[in-house]
Amino acid sequence: MSNVKVTLFITCIVDMFQADVGKATVEVLERLGCDIEFPMGQVCCGQPAYNSGYVEESKDAMKKMIATFENAEVVVTPSGSCATMFKEYQHIFHDDPVWRPRAEKLAAKTYELTEFIVNVLKVENVGARLKGVATYHPSCHMTRLLGVKDAPMTLLKNVEGLRFEPLPNAHNCCGFGGTFSVKMGNISEQMVDEKVDSAEQTKADFLIGADGGCLMNIGGRMERRGKPIRVMHIAEVLNSR
Amino acid sequence: MAMKIGEGKFKENVNKNMEDTFMRGAVASAQERLRTRRLDAAEELGNWEEWRSHGEEIRQHVLNNLDYYLHELAENLQKRGGHVFFAATADEATGYIREVVNAKGGKKVLKAKSMVTEEIGLNQVLEEEGCTVIETDLGEYILQLDEHDPPSHIVAPALHKNKEQIRDVFSEKLEYKMTSKPEELALHARETLRQEFLTADIGITGCNFAIAESGSVGLVTNEGNAGLVSDLPKTQVVVMGMERIVPTFEEFEVLVGLLTRSAVGQKLTSYITALSGPREEGDVDGPEEFHLVIVDNGRSSILGTEFQSVLQCIRCAACINVCPVYRHIGGHSYNSIYPGPIGAVLTPLLGGYDDFKDLPYASTLCAACTDACPVKIPLHELLHKHRQVIVEREGRAPISEKLAMKAFGLGAASNPMYAAGSKMAAAMMKPFTKNDRISNGPGPLKAWTEIREFPAPNKERFRDWFKEYEKGGGNQ
Ligand code: SF4
Repeated sequence: MSNVKVTLFITCIVDMFQADVGKATVEVLERLGCDIEFPMGQVCCGQPAYNSGYVEESKDAMKKMIATFENAEVVVTPSGSCATMFKEYQHIFHDDPVWRPRAEKLAAKTYELTEFIVNVLKVENVGARLKGVATYHPSCHMTRLLGVKDAPMTLLKNVEGLRFEPLPNAHNCCGFGGTFSVKMGNISEQMVDEKVDSAEQTKADFLIGADGGCLMNIGGRMERRGKPIRVMHIAEVLNSR
Repeated sequence: MAMKIGEGKFKENVNKNMEDTFMRGAVASAQERLRTRRLDAAEELGNWEEWRSHGEEIRQHVLNNLDYYLHELAENLQKRGGHVFFAATADEATGYIREVVNAKGGKKVLKAKSMVTEEIGLNQVLEEEGCTVIETDLGEYILQLDEHDPPSHIVAPALHKNKEQIRDVFSEKLEYKMTSKPEELALHARETLRQEFLTADIGITGCNFAIAESGSVGLVTNEGNAGLVSDLPKTQVVVMGMERIVPTFEEFEVLVGLLTRSAVGQKLTSYITALSGPREEGDVDGPEEFHLVIVDNGRSSILGTEFQSVLQCIRCAACINVCPVYRHIGGHSYNSIYPGPIGAVLTPLLGGYDDFKDLPYASTLCAACTDACPVKIPLHELLHKHRQVIVEREGRAPISEKLAMKAFGLGAASNPMYAAGSKMAAAMMKPFTKNDRISNGPGPLKAWTEIREFPAPNKERFRDWFKEYEKGGGNQ
């Protein structure tokens, strides 16, 4: 498949803190024959306020995003959680006759990055190469709410040189949870510590994930504790050669 | 003890309980065991998702026709000589039961495990009347011996204790001299309890599901104690939450299958008991007098609201067994006999936000609970609904948070503001940044950086890079 027009929803975390993940996403998709478009009008998807219960406050940001991506053919984002949020809009605007249909259209054309590569582009090997031992943290929103479970592993298994060690208790949340990470900091700390302990048990060189928020949480805790394992977003892994 | 089990603030409880490494070890290993067993049992059944949908349908149907089925249940039970009492509040329920006990001159009360009797604080009321109340479920019995330690889990009430701690309780209270082997502990408890069975005046049980069509009460236990509690004493009292009802035995079977698999990973628990009112002529066993107490205690005010689905709950604890927050803070932190995700949704509804408004925030919204629930209650969505109600309808959020969220709303939605803010971030954070890391952040970052490093904002944001990249013709 060639020249698929992809409109990138980069997420505010990647835009501001993980620009390298954004660049890797662009390069991987271009190599697979996509034309990338990036509407500068995109802002935050509204999730931080929404999840804290500020539904009304977050609606303007959501409307802004719906309008910004209105003309896109497909929307791809390197975050399972933010993709889930785009799909949530249709429920949030359920009783709004104007915005609901627009939100439904957005939901139908939004894909998380690995899901897009495997299920739409039908590519299982992106030709990446990375030497070492890796473990993978499946983020909660991506696996449970978006339902993307297999695509990341399908792609990662085909990365040349990478050997996998399963992460113990992988299903447990890393303790990020947006504002939970600061509002309930003491609980969050215990959760992320258990995640870091599990990752260390694997003796992996890389901890891979597909969601910037979780990676910022796990990575930030690892660095604080010292002897960090290298935390990589899956886009960066797929862009390694 | 009623639903509320302590006075401490949520955060204080959490800090205290997280120090308890014994408890956390016990909880983590129980979670892993129960989770695996549930998954195996679900897989063995096959098409688990269909069963869940079926269970959800049954529960929704019942809730939407609750009046009808309660009426049918009461009528059928009364026809066979049973007494039915509708209690609007906990006090009405305990008051009625106290009268029944007093009228019989009852002194010794045997109980099978029941969360609703905990909810209404029944034991305390009866003890104040001078009765001896004996819990026959092993877990409840341990807690009762241990100076009424409150339950920390709705299926395994003593889950927070390991076997060594249980042995210590037994040695202190029962002059127990054996090891901490679970079999030896259970045997000893059973022998001590058996003597009590024969001399009790009143038996009190909960109810897993009442069956409307037959006017009977279905009980599911692991230990067979419910059967004894309901058979031996002359007077029998069943206490049920008003929503715990099914139309016929057919639905009963479906829900029991979901319950036992989800709770303990068993196809069926060892004992299923159906109670159908007082002994009739020619019956060889059964009580002489039978009372069914149907407890509302706040449930009917949940019906018809956005929280109605929480009443689908069959109290299997699967959500608790997968909750990563519960795993670290244990059941007692919730200050409620209903802990974990189900508790964080149900407790504020039954007990109010004054005491329980922190609970809906004790979740990352990871949805492990929703995924595990056998009757498909969208627990993480209900937790989020609570937050919305607390912020929007109750106006209880802190002012600083409200202002921050307002600012977020404006900033995130407006392009110039988002662009300017995100561009300035790197410069603003410069004084706090070292090696591209912020270790001691200001303002809202403080709480984050107490625990973790925070990345310095990119000097060149992704969007700046992309603009240049595009100008350069991208990869062409
Ligand atoms: S909410 Fe669902 S998973 Fe939790 S106890 Fe009730 S039925 Fe079980």
